[in-house]
Amino acid sequence: MLKIEDLHVEVEGREVLRGINLEIGPGQTCVLFGPNGSGKSTLLATIMGFGQFKVTQGRIFFQGKDITNMPIDERARMGIGMLLQRPPNVVGLKLGDLVKAASCQDVDVSHLAEDFRMKAFLDRDVNVGFSGGELKRSELLQLTAQNPRFLLLDEPESGVDMESIDLVGEKIHDLLYDTKQCGREKENESVSALIITHTGEVLKYIGADCAYIIRDGKIRCSGRPMDLLKEIKDKGYGECIACRMVKI
Amino acid sequence: MQNGEDLRAKAKEALAKKGTYGKDFELDRYDAAPRDLSPVDDLSEIPDDVQKSMVNVGILPSGEGRSGSMLFMDNTVVHSSTRKVDGLEMLSTRQALAKYNGLKEYSWRLVSPDKDKYTARSFLEDADGYFIRVKAGAKVEMPVQTCMLIGSDKKAQEVHNIIVVEEGASLDILTGCSTGKHADESLHLGMSEIYIKDGGKLTFSMIHSWGKKTGVRPRTAIQMGANAQFVNNYVLLRPVDSIQSYPVAYVNGENSSVKFNSICVSHPGSEIDMGSMAVLNAPGTGAEIVSRSITMGGKMIARGRLVGNAPRVKAHLECRSLIMKEQGITLAIPELEASVPDVEMTHEAAVGKIAREQVEYLMARGLSEDDAVGMIVRGFLEGGIKGLPDALKQEIDEAMSSANLGN
Ligand SMILES: Nc1ncnc2c1ncn2[C@@H]1O[C@H](COP(=O)(O)OP(=O)(O)O)[C@@H](O)[C@H]1O
Ligand SMILES: [Mg+2]
Repeated sequence: MLKIEDLHVEVEGREVLRGINLEIGPGQTCVLFGPNGSGKSTLLATIMGFGQFKVTQGRIFFQGKDITNMPIDERARMGIGMLLQRPPNVVGLKLGDLVKAASCQDVDVSHLAEDFRMKAFLDRDVNVGFSGGELKRSELLQLTAQNPRFLLLDEPESGVDMESIDLVGEKIHDLLYDTKQCGREKENESVSALIITHTGEVLKYIGADCAYIIRDGKIRCSGRPMDLLKEIKDKGYGECIACRMVKI
Repeated sequence: MQNGEDLRAKAKEALAKKGTYGKDFELDRYDAAPRDLSPVDDLSEIPDDVQKSMVNVGILPSGEGRSGSMLFMDNTVVHSSTRKVDGLEMLSTRQALAKYNGLKEYSWRLVSPDKDKYTARSFLEDADGYFIRVKAGAKVEMPVQTCMLIGSDKKAQEVHNIIVVEEGASLDILTGCSTGKHADESLHLGMSEIYIKDGGKLTFSMIHSWGKKTGVRPRTAIQMGANAQFVNNYVLLRPVDSIQSYPVAYVNGENSSVKFNSICVSHPGSEIDMGSMAVLNAPGTGAEIVSRSITMGGKMIARGRLVGNAPRVKAHLECRSLIMKEQGITLAIPELEASVPDVEMTHEAAVGKIAREQVEYLMARGLSEDDAVGMIVRGFLEGGIKGLPDALKQEIDEAMSSANLGN
């Protein structure tokens, strides 16, 4: 589904990703761990195609097609969708209008928003004054309307309070597995995902097939999500065996 | 008071007086547009292309949902009709002058004939227009629509409007101004004198849609009593040669408030010089000026001036402008003046380009770059203004979808 070969990425003239190789198959979900500033968000944003992130070397393939230089909207139309860690404010644009414009087909926006406890926000300017949890719910609402085949979720659970965490978890679950979503009649069209998480909280709601630890712009370890998570929780990133080996 | 002959003499002298702002138009090049067009009983009977021009500026030929309709074509009132609405009176200005003995309290009292060549010309031509009055206490629920069309090329349209909202009355006016297909190179001179008495309320919403070579010189002044409210909404999104306008509200009674909202797009070759001024002469009065503009390659000047002459005055001025194309020029000139200490007056001005981050965010949701830019710009233009009438929002939507913003 997604294949990344020797990806090097510069942000503001500084190399942030330094040779990433990654492959995610159809229906596979992978999680990405790594300390702050290691390049996790940069990797997701580069897959989405945001302009600040300049690919200086390597290639990204999606469904067999080289998308390294493809415009963002074309990637979105191919089925890539992203939950941003820090989505921008858009003053003057109503959330309801954005959800409608993002919808894969005619969805009942207000009905959908109710499910996300976001109905009261449809008339508000996109992201302006939203709390941490509201931002995530708003992002998930937009994604659900958009209905992507490949999910890029950048810290979907961080900043979400106890009250909303179940809702956020369930909605991510639905994005991955709910076959009743629009245009998903064909059961074999399973959804893939690449998810950044610090706490692993999201893994209570979905299953993940593989996990990677990224550090200083390179993938240092891979393994089973729960094993890696346990190792990070016990010993921290600094003690992670493979990472230590790289340092020596 | 000056007598008529004095005024005429002064006005004649003022014919040589250039406007304070904006490029100069040689009035000799523009004969007065016809004053003797045939009247039309029913707006839906006028030619389709004229109807289309009206619809484009928010005027409904059916008159549906309107308390009254007036069509001023070239220099002729070709149609004027009102429903039976208590307290609403609508006449042509000339009819009103004849009926009310020259309307001495109102006519040429707020706008001086000798202000500049444009006021002088309108005065000397004895310009016609509309007289709309709402009697004390009457609340007119549906808006009155007035349409100013120029149908003759290389001609001047001279308009003189008088609006009186009496004590405790309220009224909404929707005005659409446009030029016909063959009347591109024409001149519109629009004098408007607006009186809002104690407790009166007026919302005045305008859509302008001129030709690429049309010159536009409105001269508008508003006088307000106590506890009165005035909202002025102005939308100009289509190409024009030059428009220069600087309406001024004299807020003379306590606790009154005035709001000027303007939304402008300056296309290549256009010069838009839009100002708003509020002179707060009574305690506890307030003013808000909100200006949103984008330049697509034309010149855009946004002026705003707030004058606080009484205690407990509260006023805010906000100018924001986006530059969409390299050649565009934007100039924001906010001014605050206070002559007493106990005032609260603020302003902010911002000029910049559209945020790339926002465009890409919307593109990540599957919107094309053009659609993303269009949505953001529309939000930018409408966003700061509450309660914008639907007709104006519609015009913004249509103009944005045809404006080719993305490249
Ligand atoms: N827009 C940006 N401008 C400048 N530097 C950036 C930008 N985005 C990311 N960086 C830098 O790139 C590095 C990786 O950041 P990021 O990918 O956000 O890390 P993570 O998501 O793993 O915490 C950091 O050093 C960060 O400061
Ligand atoms: Mg991050």
